This record gives sequence, structure tokens and C-alpha cells, in this order.
Amino acid sequence: MKLEGRDLTIGYSDHVVGRGLDVALETGEVLALLGPNGGGKTTLLKTLLGLIKAKAGDIQLGGKSLGAYSIRERARIIAYVPQVHIGTFAFTVEAVVLMGRSAHGNLFSAPSARDRAVTQAVLERFGIARLASRPYTQISGGERQLVLLARALAQEPQFIVLDEPTASLDFGNQGKLMREIRALAQSGHGVLLTTHDPNHALRAADRAYLLREGARIAEGPVGEVLERAQLEALYGAPVERLTDPQTGAAAFLPG
Amino acid sequence: MSRSAAPGFAVATFVLIAGLLLAFTVGRYPVSLGDLANVLFAKATGHAPTAPAAVQSVILDVRGPRVLAAALIGAALAVAGTAFQGLFRNPLVSPDILGASSGAALGAVLGIYFSLGIFAIQAFAFAGGLIAVAAVYAIGSLVRARDPILVLVLTGVVVGALLGAGVGLVKYLADPYNQLPAMTFWLLGSLSAASVSDLLPLFGPVAVGAAVLIALRWRMNAMSLPEEEARALGLATGALRIAIVAAATLVTSASVATAGIIGWVGLVVPHLARSLVGPDFARLVPAAAILGGGYLLLIDTLARTLAQIEIPLGILTAVIGTPFFIWLLAGMQRNWS
Repeated sequence: MKLEGRDLTIGYSDHVVGRGLDVALETGEVLALLGPNGGGKTTLLKTLLGLIKAKAGDIQLGGKSLGAYSIRERARIIAYVPQVHIGTFAFTVEAVVLMGRSAHGNLFSAPSARDRAVTQAVLERFGIARLASRPYTQISGGERQLVLLARALAQEPQFIVLDEPTASLDFGNQGKLMREIRALAQSGHGVLLTTHDPNHALRAADRAYLLREGARIAEGPVGEVLERAQLEALYGAPVERLTDPQTGAAAFLPG
Repeated sequence: MSRSAAPGFAVATFVLIAGLLLAFTVGRYPVSLGDLANVLFAKATGHAPTAPAAVQSVILDVRGPRVLAAALIGAALAVAGTAFQGLFRNPLVSPDILGASSGAALGAVLGIYFSLGIFAIQAFAFAGGLIAVAAVYAIGSLVRARDPILVLVLTGVVVGALLGAGVGLVKYLADPYNQLPAMTFWLLGSLSAASVSDLLPLFGPVAVGAAVLIALRWRMNAMSLPEEEARALGLATGALRIAIVAAATLVTSASVATAGIIGWVGLVVPHLARSLVGPDFARLVPAAAILGGGYLLLIDTLARTLAQIEIPLGILTAVIGTPFFIWLLAGMQRNWS
């Protein structure tokens, strides 16, 4: 399956954020959106999710216009992992993940046995089943990110879209999250994420999409696109490239 | 669900039963539990009761309608408050935040000002509440904003202030000897005039609105998330929000039209229920309904018996609600730090 935006003009009612954007994501691959703050990453992400209407251009999902799907149908194909937040109410972890099943029952139905089974399965997949009855408000930031990821997976989607999933995580949890993202692609999901850190894109993504001031400046396999000159142009700041002599793995240092 | 909600529901049910028994038996004319059982059993089975006629009259004609009205209104306000706290993602919200009470107040004082009958006054109050919330919703929807919930709440505050000015004007123009006391009494809330004929216009809207809210309770958890998140989970948030606001407004307006303005119940009871069964709306909504009925029955019994004259309900709920609210705020402060 393919999620594809063609010649998109994105933005809000009062201003345009980006123009002429082409972006495509296949199931089984990870695409990272990179770029400075205010460059349109989140707007593009929400437009592809169908949460914001594109001002011009066309978004196709599985060969059909995204607008032709109902909100419910869409939620069974594309899931959204927002930035980690602390909710208003102290729902249990299980209740939060069960919300991912909203699009599967009807409007008035209680969670079915299958809803509970799926919830249990995704909790176990991310190793957080022991947290099931803990309040979501009282677990760590890393655990919360996993809970939101589990909720997205409970939607049984083809695509998962994550908004800065590593932003509030400590170093160890950043690594864990990137491994989970790779695993999602291996299990056939298409993953789109925004990140501030090119190293995270190198680690977790197949392709990178560089967005500056609402325009695409480069797109392609991470190994080709994420180059020093390219990143310096993207962020308007000097960048240093390091290479591990043994593995050949590359990393970037800002400044 | 891991944590069992059974003990919480047991406590709520106990409060409701205690409220019912106290409301029937305590008062200027005390009724024994035996007489109460006798009369209610006879009424239910169609036999002739053996209790004295005066006792029958107190139970069936005087206290019966009032007890039913108190239980219904308490449940209605608690369910509406629970739904609104979820919808507006704020535990300090009450069911009249969108102007249901201030609209009903203006409708009622206008009815009194024009010397209409009690049913016309109730109809005015009911219509006033519905019109006020519809106006708030229409204005809020016209304002294009990223956060429709915030716009809705702020519009409610502004329209409520305007309606309050309208109430002030009508009171200012009213006859200070005949109309003003009636208006004041109504604005403070009371069930003392509740009669059998009040129950049907109360029961209909409350049943419909509460049924909608109870049916939607499984979706309320996700509806309490930020707008975009709820939509990404597959909820048509716009339509669901209208359904929840309409249902909550229906039950609130019907309650206010019957008993006047009874504040705080819709704010306090959802919190008490949350402490009993947790924040999951699937349990919280029914628990709040049960507890709300018991709560208002206890308050109304206090209102009848605490002093020589009846204390207006709005006064009692405020005296209990204000310290509770401050305690809630203090608790939130701890969470923020």
C-alpha cells in the first residue's frame, strides 16, 4: 500500500506553510522528515494524516483519494502517535491503549473480546504489559511513548505517523524507540516520523525528506541525502561528520 | 480492567439507598421504615395499605414526587457534568459552562415578570437554556480557531455574562413585592414545589439525554483527548461533540426548569464518583448517575430539615461545593509542581 501526496500546498486557513510538496511512503519502509523549526514538518505530517486539509494538491491512499475515506476507515489504515503529553485524566495504560480500538467497534459498543486481546498483544509486544493497570499519568516518559505507540498499533494500521517521537526521551529510550520503529517496518508497516536529530534518521529510517521553509530541498536514501553539506544547508549551521572506523557508521555533530 | 469497580459502585448505591430512605422518612412528619415499606409495597402490588391515611399522603403525594425529582435531577446534573468534564478536558467544568443555567434563568425571570403560570415559566426556562447553548455553539463554530474547545468555553463565559445582565435588568424592573421574591427563590433553586405533574416534563428530557450520554460513554475516554488525536483514532469529533453537548444541555435545562438553578452538583459529584471507580468514563458515567441521585437526595433532605424554614438548595450546594472546589485546586497545584 502507498500513501502519496502530490504537489501539495499545505497550511492553515490564514497562511500557507509549504508549496509544491511531493511525498510518498510505502508500507515496509521508514521515512524521516527533517528540517528546522517552523519549516512545515508537523503541518505536512498532519496533512498526510488527513487532520488538516491540503490547500491544493492531492493525497492518495491505496490508490484512492484520502478524502474519500471516512474518519473511521482512515483510522484503520493510518495511526498517529502525537508528541508525548500528560493527559487530563489518570486513565490506566490499558484504557489508553483500548482507545486505539475506537475505530473498530461501533459508536456505542463496549470493547469486544478481540479488542482486549489486541490490546494485550500490543502491550506485550512493547514489553509494557506489567503497566496495564498503572495510571498513564504516573509512568515515565519513555514508557508513555511506548504506550502511545502501542495505542497506534492497536488500531491495526498499515501506516504509523509519529510526531517527534524521540523528543522527550532519555538516551537509552531513544535507542529503544528507534529499534521499535525498525521492527514496525519489518512487520510491514509504513512509518513516517519527524525528528530534530539527523542521527535518529540515520539509525531508524530508510529515506529522509528534508524540508526547509516549506520547500523540499532533498529526498532519498538516508545514506545519500544525509550529508554534511546538505545538513548545513538545511539548518543553516555548521555540521561535523564522524565515522566509526570499525563499522563505518556515520554520525553528525552540530556546531 | 484490573482494578475492580465493584466496591465503588457498592458505595454509590449505598449512598443512593440511604438518600432515598432518609428523604422518605425524615422531616417534620417522621415516617417509620415499616410504614414506608408498607405503603410502597401496597402501591406496587395494588393492595390497600394498612398505614394511616396521613402517612400515605406524606409518602405518596408530598415526599414521593419530591424524592423522584431530586434523584432524577441529581443523576442528570452529575451525568451532564461528567460528560462535560471529559469533553472540555477539564475536571473543573460544570454542566452549565455553555450557558444552560444562565439561559434558563433569563427565561424563568421573564416568565415570572410577565406573570405567566408555572408551566409557562418552566417552558421558558427550558427553552432559554436550549437557546443559550445553541447560540454559544453557533458563535463558537463561526470562530475559526485551532482549539474549538477553548473557543466554545470562552464563548460560553461571554454569553453567560450577557444573559446575567439580562437577568439583572428583569429583576431591576420587576415588582419588588410580588415578582422579585419569586425570582430570587427560583434563582436559588428548590424542590419544594415539585409535584406529580412536574415529573413527566422532567423525566422525558432527562431520560433521553441521559440515555445518549450513557450510550456514548465508551467513546468519552477518547473524546477527552486533544481534538486531532481523537480524530486520528477514528472519532468524528464534530458530530460527537454536538451529540454530547445537546444531550447534556437537554438534561440540564430540564432540571433547571423544574428546580431552578442548583449549582455545584455537576462539578462535585463527578469527582466523588471518580474517586470511587476511577477516571474511565465507561464506569464513571453510570457511577456518577447513581451517586448524583443520592447526593441531591441527601442535600434536599438537609434543606428541608436543617432549619425552621427551607434553605434554598443552591445555597447548600454552594456551601458544600466551594470548599470542595478549593480543595480540588489545591490538589491540582500539587500535581503541577
